[in-house]
Amino acid sequence: MSAASIIFYIIAAFILGTGLLAVTTRKIFRASIWLLFSLIGIASLYFWMQLEFLAAVQIIVYVGGIVVLIIFSIFLTIKSGEEMPKPIFKRNLFAILAALSGLAYTIRQISLYKFQAPENPAPFELKVSDIGRQMLSTTDHGYLLPFELISMLLLAAMIGCIVIALKQKDSVKTLQS
Amino acid sequence: MTDIPLTHILFLSTALFFIGAYGLFTRRNMITMLMSVELMLNSVNINFVAFNKYLYPDKLGGVFFSIFIITIAAAEAAVAIAIIINLYRSHHSIDVEDASEMKY
Repeated sequence: MSAASIIFYIIAAFILGTGLLAVTTRKIFRASIWLLFSLIGIASLYFWMQLEFLAAVQIIVYVGGIVVLIIFSIFLTIKSGEEMPKPIFKRNLFAILAALSGLAYTIRQISLYKFQAPENPAPFELKVSDIGRQMLSTTDHGYLLPFELISMLLLAAMIGCIVIALKQKDSVKTLQS
Repeated sequence: MTDIPLTHILFLSTALFFIGAYGLFTRRNMITMLMSVELMLNSVNINFVAFNKYLYPDKLGGVFFSIFIITIAAAEAAVAIAIIINLYRSHHSIDVEDASEMKY
């Protein structure tokens, strides 16, 4: 067992442990901090796979963006120190059963399937210049159309967020009454 | 690097996906449900990257899919949090059981 594989198992245990804590802890602020650690673990997994660009994107977007957004919304909505109520026993039981059976089925399917790795695999290199060139090319392996679509989607999401979160004077009062 | 088979990375992402699914089933608070969804999206990203690296090392399709998924996840989280804050303003609660006007 080499050092790289030991590092992989450590990263995997870290991701799974913090992820499990993030969905089971009953204090919501702690849940968001555990989620933060889990996402950092995934970024380190990308580093382990030598995908430095993707790891950087993961850290910038998830750790720097989404988790901060979630923490802000926690402070804006609920009292962060309070414990959430325990899940109902029956629902908890069935959720565990569903998750475990799905897990067992998928792991069995994966371990039975024979993945065909290419003979003499070319060394996998991720150059940022390649990503940029393919992202903006219109040829066979170009991604210009999804790139443009996603920019439209981001614009629509931004405007939608502003419109949704705007204070509405009348409609809120009618809902409350 | 090469002595870890592809299946072990797939096991990791499967376990992470079902941890997220368990959280989605049991949590009744909208913010924590959103966090579970983020975990599930991340496990899918790991899958795409691992397939790209192990099975098609000469292409970049998996990396591009991951980048697009990360972008859509960011947009989705922003819209969801705007909706949650608006719901809190009108209902003073972000529990999914309390928001049942559109159910029937």
